[in-house]
Amino acid sequence: MNAVLPFFLDHIWLIPMFPLAGAALMFFIGRRLSNAAASAICVGSVGVSFVFALGAFFQLLGMPEGQRVAEKILFEWVPAGPYHMTSGSVTSFVADWGFLLDPLSAVMILVVTGVGLLIHIYSTGYMANEGGFYRFFGYLNLFMFSMLMLVLANNLLLLFVGWEGVGTCSYLLIGFWFKKKAASDAGKKAFIVNRVGDAGFLLGIFLTSALLGTIRFTEIGPALVTAHIAIGAPLITAIALLFFWGATGKSAQIPLYVWLPDAMEGPTPVSALIHAATMVTAGVYMVTRSNAIFQLSPLAMSVVAIVGAATAIFAASIGVVQNDIKKVLAYSTISQLGYMFLGCGVGAFTAGIFHLMTHAFFKGLLFLAAGSVIHAMSGEQDMTKMGALAKKIPTTYRTMLVATLAIAGIPPLAGFFSKDEILEKAFERSPALWVVGWITAGMTAFYMFRLLFMTFHGESHVDHDVEHHIHESPSAMTIPLTILAVLSIIGGWIGIGGRFEKFLEPVTASMGAPEIAAEAGKAPALLLMAASVLLALGGIWLAWMLYIKRTDLAAAVRRNAGALYDLVAHKYYIDEIYDAMFLNRSKDLGSSLGMFDAKIIDGLGVNGAAWLTRAISLVSMWWDTWIVDGSVRLGAFLVELASFPIRLIQDGEMQEYMLIIVIGLIGFLGYTVYLLHWMR
Amino acid sequence: MLFSDSHILSTILFTPLVGAILMLFIPRTNANAHRLMGNLFGLLGLAVSLPLLWRFKFGAPDFQFQQRLDWIPSINAHYFLGIDGISFLMVMLTTVLGAIAILSSWSAIHKREKEYYILLLLLQTGMLGVFMSLDFVLFYVFWEVMLVPMYFLIGVWGSERRLYAAIKFFLYTLAGSVVMLLAILMIYFKVNTFDIREILMSPHAMFARDLQNWLFWGFFFAFAIKVPMFPFHTWLPDAHTEAPTAGSVILAGVLLKMGTYGFLRFSVPMFPDATMKFRWIMITLSLIGIIYGALVCMMQKDMKKLIAYSSVSHMGFCTLGIFALTPLGLSGSIIQQVNHGISTGALFLIVGVLYERRHTRLISEFGGLATPMPNFAAVYLIVTLSSLGMPLLNGFIGEFTILRGAFEVRWQWAAWGVIGVVLGAAYLLWLYQRVMFGNVTNPANEQLPDLNWREWTTIGTLILFAFWIGIYPKPLFDVLDKPVQQIVMRYDPSYYAPRNATLPLLDAAPAMASAPAAATPAPPETK
Repeated sequence: MNAVLPFFLDHIWLIPMFPLAGAALMFFIGRRLSNAAASAICVGSVGVSFVFALGAFFQLLGMPEGQRVAEKILFEWVPAGPYHMTSGSVTSFVADWGFLLDPLSAVMILVVTGVGLLIHIYSTGYMANEGGFYRFFGYLNLFMFSMLMLVLANNLLLLFVGWEGVGTCSYLLIGFWFKKKAASDAGKKAFIVNRVGDAGFLLGIFLTSALLGTIRFTEIGPALVTAHIAIGAPLITAIALLFFWGATGKSAQIPLYVWLPDAMEGPTPVSALIHAATMVTAGVYMVTRSNAIFQLSPLAMSVVAIVGAATAIFAASIGVVQNDIKKVLAYSTISQLGYMFLGCGVGAFTAGIFHLMTHAFFKGLLFLAAGSVIHAMSGEQDMTKMGALAKKIPTTYRTMLVATLAIAGIPPLAGFFSKDEILEKAFERSPALWVVGWITAGMTAFYMFRLLFMTFHGESHVDHDVEHHIHESPSAMTIPLTILAVLSIIGGWIGIGGRFEKFLEPVTASMGAPEIAAEAGKAPALLLMAASVLLALGGIWLAWMLYIKRTDLAAAVRRNAGALYDLVAHKYYIDEIYDAMFLNRSKDLGSSLGMFDAKIIDGLGVNGAAWLTRAISLVSMWWDTWIVDGSVRLGAFLVELASFPIRLIQDGEMQEYMLIIVIGLIGFLGYTVYLLHWMR
Repeated sequence: MLFSDSHILSTILFTPLVGAILMLFIPRTNANAHRLMGNLFGLLGLAVSLPLLWRFKFGAPDFQFQQRLDWIPSINAHYFLGIDGISFLMVMLTTVLGAIAILSSWSAIHKREKEYYILLLLLQTGMLGVFMSLDFVLFYVFWEVMLVPMYFLIGVWGSERRLYAAIKFFLYTLAGSVVMLLAILMIYFKVNTFDIREILMSPHAMFARDLQNWLFWGFFFAFAIKVPMFPFHTWLPDAHTEAPTAGSVILAGVLLKMGTYGFLRFSVPMFPDATMKFRWIMITLSLIGIIYGALVCMMQKDMKKLIAYSSVSHMGFCTLGIFALTPLGLSGSIIQQVNHGISTGALFLIVGVLYERRHTRLISEFGGLATPMPNFAAVYLIVTLSSLGMPLLNGFIGEFTILRGAFEVRWQWAAWGVIGVVLGAAYLLWLYQRVMFGNVTNPANEQLPDLNWREWTTIGTLILFAFWIGIYPKPLFDVLDKPVQQIVMRYDPSYYAPRNATLPLLDAAPAMASAPAAATPAPPETK
């Protein structure tokens, strides 16, 4: 396979390297560059990547169908050594610096570099007057590198490099305005919540290598076949669920979605690039990339579908009551990602990727247009302080209208095709899932038009100071808007006739395992289509009624809903619950363990041992002074005492000594005489 | 054998000592001369260790560059040096970090420069000796010798509570090593030799099961205190916090590794039965250390203390990898030991940068430093990412490999371990946020100068290593392949061959058996 590859396919590894070089330049010399030079380098690097991506795509297209795989391995990265698989045989753990281009990654690199390029161009206008211009573009380029690594990696571990890398860049970019506490808090939250997901993904990678003996994508499929893994085998379900756990973090699904709304603290181009078009879709990409594993586990597939559908409707319900223009879009993104997972979960991986692509167009556009609105409004994001902007910023309005129609699922715009395909496949699997998706579609149409009406139509609620500053954005911003608007219109057409599905088929076709959806019946496609278009129109009508025609009604509804409205407006208090359950508990645990460390282990244990040693040494000293030394001194005292009477006569008087000698002599003599007498 | 092959280790070992002796002859008033001499010999120590890089033979089964001289014939103790893949990495880590620590002291130390640099160089010789010794007596001498300079470094050049910390460090470590001395004597009376290589190369287990149990615990306290493993870790935060920057760098970077090195060199290969028996205790303590250390980090108010506790967590990964007793666990553990030296060493340098400017380490004193110190912000961020295990930086390679190795034995071990990875991100990023982000609230921080060239050199060098290990760790895995294999084979001689295959054990057994027992001199009678 590595034999003779055409130029662009042989150099796919360069695609991420251009933005990396741009980021490195910004790191080392960025501060000394003018804004124009910095943006030329960074936009240019992504532009070159886009050209290489296009080249690679067309050369891939030129290969015969069914053989469209190009793998380029540079060198061994982590040759960690031998290990025992679950089967008991020995194999080596190796992860390469290897790059894989197949139809799936080809679609992804086109979306990433294409939309990325437009957003880079847009940013040159949007960030023109911000401090740290070079820093922003350096991070943005670093993000492009990570995201391209993620989609081009040929193995799970290298994918994880991109996976963590995009998370880091997201952290840096959310917290770009680092002086703002809310921004740095949001960045940190995003990173840590993502890490919770990554923990699951990491365990999934461990288990994959243990079960299959490889983490290379091209080998996983065959390994599944040779390992004779039965459908629904517990270990394969475990892998799939662990992967999906990781995906819920990166792609903001229940229960790990909480970081995405906060991430809106970042500059708006960041929200468009990272939190709408590319990074948050990494989970969908990863699930699709490992679809061979998922397809072997009906349980995991059901979990993916149910979590996706639940997230879709749950986030949409919150989106309905948000007043911050970017928050609405954030919840909308969560909801649309739920759709993609719903698609994957019902076995329609291509539909999921299709929706990923169209979503990148229209949601990227929505964020960029929202950015243009915010730009015009001097930083205001509250929709209740907007209104009647349509005439003042016409290009922004028109492009946003296109994107809103596209996300609402109005034919023949892009969102219609991809959403319809997902809903159709969901119906085939389970009508209940379809109902959830269908209602969500109606809610989507409603809250998106609510956004459009509150912002651009009706009466103006704009502050007087802001009013006369309103201006259309520079062409660096409006041109990307226009291009994305065109893509939001025509982007769905490539799906007509199943062309897109056919292109991706080699990747998503199940590997020797019977298709799960096979048993399901065929959906009445036209009927479903009509139903969702009708509901979307109904949603639009409702939004029009509430926010244009009878504005008093909206307030009345809000009043009457009372507690329910409160609950939704406070995002179901999920953040508060998480804080109370996890964040504060781990802080408490940290504090009490810290106290435990200081008081018990160190205080009682170590210092206690020191205290005990000193106490013992005090006792010893006492013992030494009074008992050991005391007995010595007692002995001395006794000797002294015993010697006292004798000392009395030792007084130095010679006469006395003589007297005693004489007395002694007499006594001795007398005794001798007595003895002699007695012996006789 | 080339002359340089048999003397290269001695050269590396004594170069710092020569520097220290020469400095005795320089008058104490000439502080700059001492600074220059210290740095000169720090760099010279690094330079003489560089030939190891190309002379060291990957995959050789025996210790290399051996040098063996009679030392104390009456007890059969030798001056015996030699390194294998594990000690090779530790020696390189020591010489690199030693040079960096010495350079980082240039403007940080303003009293008794003469003694300071002499002690740093002595410390260097002591640590290198520990990693090179193949004789128990020699090993023990170096193990204890190195305590003395460290004691003075903390006690004289430390901050407010330096005396308490220095005494605690000294006594705590000493208490552990005394028990080890008993164990060493026990070995001697059992096998009549202090020759480490001979015991390691013996094809069969040298010690009976019961004796192994005693010996295991004898060594355990010395090593567990040094690592430090929970619950023997409380000397570390005090010593780290009070030590001068260079002391903390060496302490975290090299000294702690002596504990894990001890496990790898003695406990694990010499007492396999006891290791298997008590493995669950080791693993439990490691996992507790990982999570406990990380949680305690959360509530620290002092930057250095926080990093000290993060060491407890990170070293928990290292012991987890060792006692997983799988190739991935062991090689991951050793790589993580190197990584910890790089990342935590760099983190202490980072704190040193701030301490030198503000003379405080309290987190609450800082905030918003990214504005006056943009370069510092970038460098500190990379170091933080390296420490929390970001892929393409060093920490990830070690943590991933360790956890993969632990997963192979029990998936639960890896599952508990990844909690530490999540918490690691939390406390490091929170620290970074509190120090670097926000507005500058404290007027004292408004005009802080950014990094100077010396700080760029010291921290920058470590960052280069971090990227290298993150992007191309293959050389490390290659150098560790053989020693790790030798350890694993002690536990499962058929590990490297498929379990269900009937093939003869390929090149497995010879690794152990090929070391001719006759080549080592027979132990003389002691009577």
